[in-house]
Amino acid sequence: MTEQGAVPDFGDSERPPGDEQGDDAQRQTDDDTDCSADAAEEGADGETKRTGATSVVESLEAAGVDTVFGVQGGAIMPVYDALYDSEDIRHVTMAHEQGAAHAADAYGMVTGDPGICMATSGPGATNLVTGIADADMDSEPMVALTGQVPTELVGNDAFQETDTVGVTTPITKSNYFASSPDTVGEDVSTAFALADHGRQGPTVVDLPKDVTQGETDAEPSEPAVPGTVSVQERAPTADVAAAAETIADADKPVILAGGGVVKGEATDEVRAFATEFDVPVVTTMPGIGAFPEDHDLALEMAGMHGTGYANMAVSLTDCLVAVGTRFDDRLTGGVDSFAPDAEVVHVDIDPAEISKNIEADHPLVGDAGTVVEQLADAMPAAPDTEDWVAQCQEWKVEYPLDYAVPSDQSDDGSTPSRPPEDEPVKPQYVVETVDAATDDDTIVTTGVGQHQMWACQYWTYTEPRTWVSSHGLGAMGYGVPSAIGARVAADDDQSVVCFDGDGSFMMTCQELVVAVREQMDITVFVLNNEAIGMVRQWQDAFFEGRRMASEYPWVPKFDKLAEAFGADGFRIEDYDDVPDTVEAALAVDGPAVVDVYIDPTEEVYPMVPSGGDNGQFALSRDHL
Amino acid sequence: MSGRQDQEGLPGPAPTDRQRPTGRRNAQGIRIDPEAEAEHPPRRTVISALVEHEPGVLARVSGLFSRRQFNIESLTVADTQNDDWARITVVVEEPDPGIDQIEKQLEKVVPVIHVRELADDAVTRELVVVKVDAERPHEVHAITEMYSGKTLDAGPRTITVELTGDEQKIDDAIDAYRQFGIREIARTGQTALARGETKTAVVPDHLK
Repeated sequence: MTEQGAVPDFGDSERPPGDEQGDDAQRQTDDDTDCSADAAEEGADGETKRTGATSVVESLEAAGVDTVFGVQGGAIMPVYDALYDSEDIRHVTMAHEQGAAHAADAYGMVTGDPGICMATSGPGATNLVTGIADADMDSEPMVALTGQVPTELVGNDAFQETDTVGVTTPITKSNYFASSPDTVGEDVSTAFALADHGRQGPTVVDLPKDVTQGETDAEPSEPAVPGTVSVQERAPTADVAAAAETIADADKPVILAGGGVVKGEATDEVRAFATEFDVPVVTTMPGIGAFPEDHDLALEMAGMHGTGYANMAVSLTDCLVAVGTRFDDRLTGGVDSFAPDAEVVHVDIDPAEISKNIEADHPLVGDAGTVVEQLADAMPAAPDTEDWVAQCQEWKVEYPLDYAVPSDQSDDGSTPSRPPEDEPVKPQYVVETVDAATDDDTIVTTGVGQHQMWACQYWTYTEPRTWVSSHGLGAMGYGVPSAIGARVAADDDQSVVCFDGDGSFMMTCQELVVAVREQMDITVFVLNNEAIGMVRQWQDAFFEGRRMASEYPWVPKFDKLAEAFGADGFRIEDYDDVPDTVEAALAVDGPAVVDVYIDPTEEVYPMVPSGGDNGQFALSRDHL
Repeated sequence: MSGRQDQEGLPGPAPTDRQRPTGRRNAQGIRIDPEAEAEHPPRRTVISALVEHEPGVLARVSGLFSRRQFNIESLTVADTQNDDWARITVVVEEPDPGIDQIEKQLEKVVPVIHVRELADDAVTRELVVVKVDAERPHEVHAITEMYSGKTLDAGPRTITVELTGDEQKIDDAIDAYRQFGIREIARTGQTALARGETKTAVVPDHLK
């Protein structure tokens, strides 16, 4: 463990550019000494030549981009060269392109503005693919800029050539192959606008090297979406009135808040609606943060590992007001048993989500906040939900999220503060401890697996854009790079913590080096059970305990690994260590990793098995 | 943490002890009478999309069909009266919710200008080129006449004819040629326009 708060002591030979050797200083030196390079960039009339790459960077600047996450490489070099001159854009050099894409995705999640990632052709572009697919599944605004071999080599199977447009077509809102230095700036502007428009999502601009190197007189263009694209902001009044009437008539209404509530900035409207009409609120996983979980009406997350009370409410509701959700199978379980007594009011900005998985009795296409406000205004009366709300509160008591504490602790309802040290550490306790030790606006990022579910269940989210995770794609390895992206995007006084699993962490832990180089204040808690724990849980539940390839006979000492990277490392082996070590790790002003040896037998419950009935959630393996 | 003692599971009534909903949905997420038939039968229909004529648009559309497992019978694409536009005509066989999804997902493809399912009275045509054995040339010619076709090539061993018509007529004609021994068939798939004053595609003013 290095001293808390200390900047790692880089040796002279390996010292990365720090503040005192920043880009500006370096540029100054170059300007002073390397006149020939400047001369070569000037045309006969003395003006600096403008290239396609200049246009790319100017378009990013015109769009208000302040950060690019990327990795250098041959075909993208001209764009990097143009970025060298940008005063506005900070480049965060990632270790691997997947990290760049996840960081950009998280940046988009936290700010609401498109995150930008950049990579070279071929392997650079294909390494971005996981992150692009992730952004597509979670409707995160993102623009990926990829280098490409020169146009004349395209189709020749040239060195580092991949059909990036072909590969990314099914996982983007749209993508562009830049065809000329004169229009490449517009391509980037269009891609940026499209990523941010309506239902957000990723776009790609593929940049052949001759296009970025070619000269152009084109002026920077402002972001504008293609003419074929439009969104409807308001739902038709008559449809809203009919939906409002259904809600007002309901006995057991529930609001289902999806990721669209967060991304559509509709949390205030949803909260106003729920509290004015006394309607309980469940969320999807991306919808975490859409409604404060400490509110009486909050039933928290529904679905596969949702709370018992959320799933009871969804199962028995007679009117489901779904806002900004695509009814993913992890939420619905089997559609045959999903909210089968409910009339469904479905608010979504994407018409294609209406009745895709669950039929909408009242489809309302439009902006989430606008339509929820329309609904509130159109309500003829408040529904009588007194009994229903009381029932939901009863379920909260009946099905508490809970975890075992050691047998010698009292069960008188008081919260035991320190289980004895020889008991294995429960991961849920770690999540709760970190939650208690940090502010409400702390951003939580995660990898994918059991730790992610515990982070959903045992952290109390009260603000939008504080939950950053890989929901739809379920991309293990999302944790560390997303913490980096979130750190760049977050306010300086906001904390960023990452819960990761040992399996997830091993997939992208190399990005720690970025956090060290940039002295980013992130704290990573690796909930280490020396296994790909969710798979092991499924093997034990559904594959007769045949634990194939899920348990690791050896995992690195993550605290030592962190120190090797130049981060601070901590380890928790006993319950007793949890509060103090959490406190110490959070106090580090820079990257810190806490290797937490958790109880390897701990599993994630409640659980609705794939295709199952939400109301029949299992509380233990015996129920599966 | 409230002090659960056991390792064996979360507290609360077991699944069998819980209140159950009474309704049911079918595989398409539509609420149905729990006693009733859950099937939603597929039907065949023609969907027409006007698209911007740019490289890759066909790949985007066909990729969408395969990715989302939409069942397509045929797909045609070619220029229109405007050089900037192309028309894609797709014959699909899907249940109603699937057809609805096809239209909406197509609408989301950026270069797509307008999508609609054509009505039953739409004017649809398909062209087929059939190559048959030339052993009975007069009879081949008679069939070709009967279906208002045209002989494109007649040689000592093969005769190649062209026919146009709706899908049913083409199917019937091909059946009629079978007696001569069909060597090869090439069909274009259906292309179509809405009938009369009905517009096949509505182009927003700012794109005209």
